[in-house]
Amino acid sequence: EPDGGFGLGRAALPEEIAAWDVDVLPDGRGLPEGTGNAFDGEEVFAQKCASCHGDFAEGVDNWPVLAGGFDTLGDKDPVKTVGSYWPHLSTVWDYVHRSMPFGEAGTLTPDETYAIVAYILYSNDLIDDEFELTHENLGTFEMYNRDGFVIDDRSDAEYTEWRADPCMENCKDTVEVTMRSVFLVETPAEGGTEST
Amino acid sequence: MDEMFKPSRRAFLKGSAAVAAGSVAGAAAAQNADPLITELQDWASYTGVGVDETPYGMPIEYESHVVRRNVEWLTASPISSINFTPIHALDGTITPQGCAFERHHSGAIELRKEDYRLMINGLVDKPLVFSYADIERFPRENHVYFCECAANTGMEWAGAQLNGVQFTHGMIHNMEYTGVPLRALLKEAGADISSDKWVYVEGADASSNGRSIPMEKALDDVLVAFKANGEALRMEHGYPVRLVVPGWEGNMWVKWLRRIEVVDRAVESREETSKYTDVLEDGTARKWTWVMDAKSVITSPSPQQPITHGKGPLVISGLAWSGHGQITRVDVSKDGGITWETARLGKQGDIKALTRFYVDMMWDGAPMLLQSRAMDETGYSQPTKEQLREKRGENSVYHNNCIQTWYVNAEGIAENVEVS
Repeated sequence: EPDGGFGLGRAALPEEIAAWDVDVLPDGRGLPEGTGNAFDGEEVFAQKCASCHGDFAEGVDNWPVLAGGFDTLGDKDPVKTVGSYWPHLSTVWDYVHRSMPFGEAGTLTPDETYAIVAYILYSNDLIDDEFELTHENLGTFEMYNRDGFVIDDRSDAEYTEWRADPCMENCKDTVEVTMRSVFLVETPAEGGTEST
Repeated sequence: MDEMFKPSRRAFLKGSAAVAAGSVAGAAAAQNADPLITELQDWASYTGVGVDETPYGMPIEYESHVVRRNVEWLTASPISSINFTPIHALDGTITPQGCAFERHHSGAIELRKEDYRLMINGLVDKPLVFSYADIERFPRENHVYFCECAANTGMEWAGAQLNGVQFTHGMIHNMEYTGVPLRALLKEAGADISSDKWVYVEGADASSNGRSIPMEKALDDVLVAFKANGEALRMEHGYPVRLVVPGWEGNMWVKWLRRIEVVDRAVESREETSKYTDVLEDGTARKWTWVMDAKSVITSPSPQQPITHGKGPLVISGLAWSGHGQITRVDVSKDGGITWETARLGKQGDIKALTRFYVDMMWDGAPMLLQSRAMDETGYSQPTKEQLREKRGENSVYHNNCIQTWYVNAEGIAENVEVS
C-alpha cells in the first residue's frame, strides 16, 4: 500500500457526518440538545409505541417487554427489560431514536425521544413523572443493572479446563436418554415452514 | 456379506417420506431385470432443454426440500427474525447462497450499488465517503469463513427442543468472500489505530445493527466484503457490501455496511447490551463474548435425514468449526459418549471455516446414540451440554456449542435427545 493511501474516496462533509453519526456513548457524548419528561412521554408512547409495547411498556403478545422484571435475572425464566437488565441509559436513547418505532425508524425528534425514554424509566419506577431528562443528565443516570456485566471470561473460566485431552474409552459407565424432542410440539410439521 | 447389503424391509416401510425412488435400486440381489436399464428412457431418446433456457439456474425440482425454513414461534415478527440453512441435506463445506440462513432485525433491504455510500469518520485524520466503485479499487483478498449466529443452538439450552439439525444448528453459513481488509480503509482515512481504540460499525437498514469491535481485531482479519462464493452478495446477505468478522458471532457481520467510526470506547449499543450478552446462573451476564468456540454436529444421519437403506455401509457425515482457528480433529461416538473414534476430515479445514468430517461404518441395525466432538488448534475440545450448563446455567441464550446427540433407532429414524 502506498504511503498516504490510494487517494480513494472523498472528504466527508460535516452535514453528512451529522446525518449519519448519531450514536450516543454511555457517558452521553453524541446526544443532541433536548429535554423530555414522563408526563409528555406518556402521550408520545401511547401514540407511537403502545400498540406493540403496551400502555405501560409491559409488552403486547410476543413483543418486547420494556418494564419490570427486577431481580429475576438469576431465576429460571429471567425477565430482561430496560429496567431490570440494560446497563446504560444512552443505549435506550440511541436505539429508540435510531431504530424505533419498528417500521418507521428515524422519525422521532430529539425531544420526543427524551420524553419516550423518560416514560420508559417512569414505567420502571426509576424516576417520578416530573423528572426532566436532558442531554446534560442522561449520561450520568445510573441504571439498575449497571454493574451486572462482566467482560468475556471464558478463557479463564472454561478454556483451560476444556483444553485437556478428551476421554476416548470407557468414558462413562452407562448412558440414558434423559430428554426427547419428539415429546414437544415446537418443530414445525414436515420439518419446518418454508421461508418466503 | 450378501446379507449385510440387503435393504431392510422394515426400514423401507417405516422410514420417513425421505425414502424415495432409488432405495431399492442399490440392492445387490435384483430378481428381475431393471426396466430403467432394459427399457429406453425418454431422457435417452428425446432432447433436453437448451442453453438459452436458464440464464441463472435454480436447483432441480427434486431438491425442493433443500431450502431455508423458519420457525414461527421463535420471534414476534418475521421481519426481525431468523431462518435456517438446510445443513442436513448439504455436503462439503461451501453453503449455496440461495439457501444460506438469514437473520434480519428490520428486514432484508434493497440497496443499489449506485445508492451505496460507506462513511468512515470519528478519530481519523480524513473522514471519507466511499462509493461502491471506490471499494472495488482497493487490493482484494479471498477467504473462506463461517458465519454463525450467536443464537445458533440457543433454543436447546434447557433441553432437546427442535427435531432437526437444520433447526438446532442451521443458523450458519460458510462462504468464500472477496473483499478489502478493513485495515486498508482505516489507513486510507488516517485512523488512530492505537490499541485502546474501537471501531463502531453500522448498517444502512433501519435496525442499523451497530456493534463495537476492538482495534486489534479490526486490524487483524476483518474484511469489507462485496462478493461471496464468486458472485455479488445476495440482497438478504448485505448487498452490496457487508462486514466479515472471522470466527466472531454472526451479529457483528454487519450487512449493508454504511459507516465505520473510530471511537475511544465501546459504544455499548443495543446489540451488545440488551442482546448478545449472556446471562449466567447468578444473574450477572457476560458481555463482549465475540468468539464462537469449537463446535460440531452430525448432519447425517439426523432427524431430517434418517437411514433409509437398511444395514450395511453407512456414511456418518458432519460439520465442525471453531472461531479460534483450524479444526484439527473430530471424534465420533456411537454409544452416547462411552467410546470415541477419530473421524476422517473431508479435507484439511480452513481457518475459522466449516470443516467436513466422515466416519464410514458398517451398521448392524442396532440403535445408536451418535455424537461428535470437535477439537481446534488451541487444543480446546467441544464440551457437553452438561459441562456448559455447570459453568453458565440455562439462560445464556447465546454461544451454545454443546455436543449434540442423535438417537438412531433400529428403523434408522433419528431423534434429537439429551443423554446422561
